[in-house]
Amino acid sequence: MHSPVRHPENSGSTPTDPYVQLITPDGVRTPDPLYDRWVQDIDGARLRELYIDMAVIRRIDTEATALQRQGELGLWPPLLGQEAAQIGSGRSLRTSDFVFSSYRENGVAYCRGVGMEDLMRVWRGNAAAGWDPYTVNMAPTQVIIGAQALHAAGYAMGITRDGSDDAAVSYFGDGATSQGDVNEAMVFAASFSAPVVFFCTNNQWAISEPVTLQAQVPIANRAPGFGIPSIRVDGNDVLAVMAATREALDRARSGNGPTFIEAVTYRMGPHTTADDPTRYRDDAELEQWRAKDPLSRVQALLASMGLFTDEFAAEARTRADTAAAELRAACLGMPDPVPADVFAHVYSEPHSWLDRQQEQYSRYLSAFAGEENRK
Amino acid sequence: MTSMTFGRAITAGLRRAMEQDPKVLIMGEDVGKLGGVFRITDGLQQDFGPQRVVDTPLAESGIMGTAVGLAFRGYRPVVEIQFDGFIYPAFDQIVSQVAKMHYRTRGAVKLPLTIRVPFGGGIGSPEHHSESPEAYFTHTSGLRVISVSNPQDAYTMIQQAIASDDPVLYFEPKRRYHVKGEVDEAAAAQLPMGAARVVSEGSDVTLVAYGPLVPTARDAAVAASDEGVSIEVIDLRSLAPIDFATVEASVRKTGRLVVTHEAAQSGGLGAEIAASITERCFEYLEHAPVRVTGFDIPYPPARLESHHLPDLDRILDGVDCVLDRPSSLSGAVSGSAAG
Ligand SMILES: Cc1ncc(C[n+]2csc(CCOP(=O)(O)OP(=O)(O)O)c2C)c(N)n1
Repeated sequence: MHSPVRHPENSGSTPTDPYVQLITPDGVRTPDPLYDRWVQDIDGARLRELYIDMAVIRRIDTEATALQRQGELGLWPPLLGQEAAQIGSGRSLRTSDFVFSSYRENGVAYCRGVGMEDLMRVWRGNAAAGWDPYTVNMAPTQVIIGAQALHAAGYAMGITRDGSDDAAVSYFGDGATSQGDVNEAMVFAASFSAPVVFFCTNNQWAISEPVTLQAQVPIANRAPGFGIPSIRVDGNDVLAVMAATREALDRARSGNGPTFIEAVTYRMGPHTTADDPTRYRDDAELEQWRAKDPLSRVQALLASMGLFTDEFAAEARTRADTAAAELRAACLGMPDPVPADVFAHVYSEPHSWLDRQQEQYSRYLSAFAGEENRK
Repeated sequence: MTSMTFGRAITAGLRRAMEQDPKVLIMGEDVGKLGGVFRITDGLQQDFGPQRVVDTPLAESGIMGTAVGLAFRGYRPVVEIQFDGFIYPAFDQIVSQVAKMHYRTRGAVKLPLTIRVPFGGGIGSPEHHSESPEAYFTHTSGLRVISVSNPQDAYTMIQQAIASDDPVLYFEPKRRYHVKGEVDEAAAAQLPMGAARVVSEGSDVTLVAYGPLVPTARDAAVAASDEGVSIEVIDLRSLAPIDFATVEASVRKTGRLVVTHEAAQSGGLGAEIAASITERCFEYLEHAPVRVTGFDIPYPPARLESHHLPDLDRILDGVDCVLDRPSSLSGAVSGSAAG
């Protein structure tokens, strides 16, 4: 191989490339002539709600991580650091929009109204999908990197056919932008002017691989090549994310097709509870991002408005603790699946091959009746 | 002889192959600094540099397709697919390009590509992390498919795979990565890559397994011998081509065949083995061959996988069947409705 692998130092994509920001890391509300109009309705009271949402999903995340460490969950993909990206976008959607996400958007699922038991089901190892997609208008979480971008484009094509002004939203990571599926989704969305929002959570890492291995220029620059307008936004700024998402949704609803959002954020924890980030990234980088924390900047802004009072802080804490307690109870109280679940729903109609196997297996299990060694 | 884990044995084999041939390259997601999610390439980038141990963008079709191009240019890429369930985005490149290039070019282009796939279940993972996709590839002409079951074979056969001028899929049973065994590092490449291995001799039943189920099959043979049944366990090692001569010789002796694998039953390798053995030595068979396999279902959630995966008891149930004893497969289990 003659041309060297590009290293982070050689890359054009860094978190310092310009992006939309409405709240600075210090909590100062900075005006933006283009994006302020999308969040004019967010007064102190609404900002407090956004803060509570972020505090709640952060607490859910901590509790789920603890449950995994205690052996109650098989795995958990932490969202610590990505609260603003998930809440800012999730709270911009309306009920009839439809979400296609990756495995990390548990905060978005929370916004969609997914219950705690449903949220835990997959990670506990009880089921392949946690909820009925049509009750919350959100597809099951996707593990295959990038596949859901195509589903969102197709769903959006259906919306157009139906003459509706709903939108489809697809969430994926920076790593996913390397997959054919994501690029093909952009081709389809552009060709059919589909009302879809591609929401790329650029958290800087795809397991051990820095974003610079996936893209040599800001990821948001890729979409225009497909004919799709893009917005690069401070993903740790809940207001900016909300403004960008609302603009994109407005474009979709008014028949002007897809938008690509790159939310620049950082995955503060490990990739999943099975990962050890100390093998590939250094603490200095983590510290840099800690200073850009999505919650503390809203806290500072609320404080400057005189709204981060002791009572409010206590209320936020109580809401978060309540969610955590609900989560734990739902997880521990979840009934174990029964053997017949193995065969359920493979097909919607009877299937002779499988019926025979199920019959043989139940005969096999009955031979153990009264014994404790199989359940 | 050195004692090492299964996983370390693969690492040692990779290292050996890289030392011996500068054209050998490792490519894949997270194979560099992290050493792969299972740490199989741990330390290799440090020692051979990022030109030879390449972290790739997150795109399996891209990885496989560029490996084809590198092979055109004379390199011997060793590609890591992170988990079994992530090989499908590369499926088109593997079956349409990798498998056919030598044939299409009448041998002018060689594709000495090794595709390492940690496969199979039993580790409580989420969906797409426990699949057994080997039959898709054994069904595709132009590919060689092997699956190792112990540290010595892992060490030897990764080197054989890399040395082969044909594309080889190398399936690693991920739930056995931590199993320890003796490895003779001088013994590389003594056998042809395709030879099956008789794990333990027996006279009543031939039990064929590969990869993750070889240790389970051996345990079943030990348990059966306590009941006076003598099982001959065969580790296939090569799934395409299969060393039928070894299986056939065993079945001629025992007259009974049980095949076990984690993959779904229908259209799987067990069917191929049962049919081929029936063709080859029908007159020696005392009972129709029996398959003990995963069910025809998508791999189930972690808390159900113990029901799906063949274990010692289910294998013994299959053995009972070929011995004409009551079994769930024959439908004659006492106390249950006959089926
Ligand atoms: C097709 C496919 N290949 C590989 C994987 C293994 N894998 C799981 S997550 C991940 C990294 C994803 O990174 P990114 O898209 O940036 O999302 P993030 O996890 O950082 O949110 C990889 C390689 C997978 N799930 N699917």
